[in-house]
Amino acid sequence: MLEIKCPYCGKRSQNEFSYGGDATIKRPQLGEEISTEDWDNFVYYRDNPRGKHSELWHHVSGCRQWFKVSRDTATHEIFDTCKMNEDFNV
Amino acid sequence: MQKYSVFSLVKNAFTNHENWEVAWKDPEPKKEYDVIIVGGGGHGLATAYYLAKEHGITNVAILEKGWIGGGNVGRNTTILRSNYMFDSNAHFYEFGMKLWETLSQELNYNVMYSPRGIINLAHSDAQMNAYARRGNSMRLNGIDAILLGRDDLKKMIPFADFSETCRFPIHGGLMQPRGGTARHDAVAWGYARQADSMGVDIIQNCEVTGFDVNNGKIEGVQTSRGNIKTKKVGLCVAGSTTLLADMLNMRLPIEAHVLQACVSEPVKPLLHNVVTFGAGHFYCSQSDKGEMVMGGDLDGYNSYAQRGNMPMIQHVLTGGLAVFPNFSRLKMLRTWGGIMDMSMDGSPIIDKTHIEGVYLNCGWCYGGFKATPSSGFVFAHTIAQDQVHELNSEFNLERFHTGKIIDEKGVGPKPWIG
Repeated sequence: MLEIKCPYCGKRSQNEFSYGGDATIKRPQLGEEISTEDWDNFVYYRDNPRGKHSELWHHVSGCRQWFKVSRDTATHEIFDTCKMNEDFNV
Repeated sequence: MQKYSVFSLVKNAFTNHENWEVAWKDPEPKKEYDVIIVGGGGHGLATAYYLAKEHGITNVAILEKGWIGGGNVGRNTTILRSNYMFDSNAHFYEFGMKLWETLSQELNYNVMYSPRGIINLAHSDAQMNAYARRGNSMRLNGIDAILLGRDDLKKMIPFADFSETCRFPIHGGLMQPRGGTARHDAVAWGYARQADSMGVDIIQNCEVTGFDVNNGKIEGVQTSRGNIKTKKVGLCVAGSTTLLADMLNMRLPIEAHVLQACVSEPVKPLLHNVVTFGAGHFYCSQSDKGEMVMGGDLDGYNSYAQRGNMPMIQHVLTGGLAVFPNFSRLKMLRTWGGIMDMSMDGSPIIDKTHIEGVYLNCGWCYGGFKATPSSGFVFAHTIAQDQVHELNSEFNLERFHTGKIIDEKGVGPKPWIG
């Protein structure tokens, strides 16, 4: 069982959350000129690291806020969590 | 190579089974090979076997970080099927089904192929219509499919919950009678033994740590047991694909996720088919030893840990008890996890890469085991001929740029939903 610290509610069990994937993926700006390759990279390609991974989680059975989690994909250790407009401290 | 038969069994019984030949050797790596296969799992071993058998290429090494068959080929739930709707999947997996049917004879190794039938349960009229459509698509592609009604299923799985007031009442199902199971370890060992007998070097405890690429061409592989020269490298490393691709500066449409499975204590014969209860994220078959072999969903977040977490086991088994309430008295024997190379459209990638002599076999998602023979067959062709086989021509990397993706499940590039 993961114990995830929601930046709004504090530590809660994994059961209250759902996953939102890689947090480093950024949608190209609306109206921005980009190549089709950049667009394909945004839609399909991922770094998929073994180790520290920034990801999105949704406190779906709680405050319903999205936030960011820095977690190790090999050990499942959670280093830090923060709000969407913040950066990790660790 | 010693042939396995009832006569060799009797003969060796007289010497207390102490004089059997080793099934495969333990060679030191040579300085150079024509082809190096990275990954001694089912797909890697099958690829080496077909390279030798179909293409006469025997100066081949399989480099395995741990021991052969210790990854996903030893961790899956052993299910074989070709019940796909899209043509590219249907043709590829049906070709594999035909290889499964004669694999024990071909390998002179009992892979315990058991065509016991795979049943997908349906819970609404709409789902029955969808299954009728899928069944028709399968039959048009020459694959067996039967639409089952509620009364048929009452005879086949009488212990399932057939009440009309449950959350997902059983309306019927789609069955592929030739689908079933095989013994996963035997598949790895059977391919290993035959590949070894034709001259392939199976090198265990040998981790690949880097690649020598010069002017866009592969020249060799760096390993924990020294550098080895080669002109062709095939990657068959499933969940570790991204880690090797990083060494080649390749970014891939792949995420690593952990998928768990579990078995109960062994009980007397009860469940004679493979049954999937998709609405409850649960499927099950009974092994020849009598254990209920059960599985379900991914844990749901990126993971390289070959172990899962309890919430998903609880979720899967809650679904299992909804359809088979009598399983509530079973004791759990063990649970385990394997790392899935989840591709962004749910279909595999078997292709050449931008580096000359580097070939990619990955993206198997949940379904790599049943593809072992067909994947090995077409990957060996791709490596030997330096061009894709007709059967894997659509499993290319290019589809993530052209848009011709093979999204059989229709969930989009979010592998953790699904």
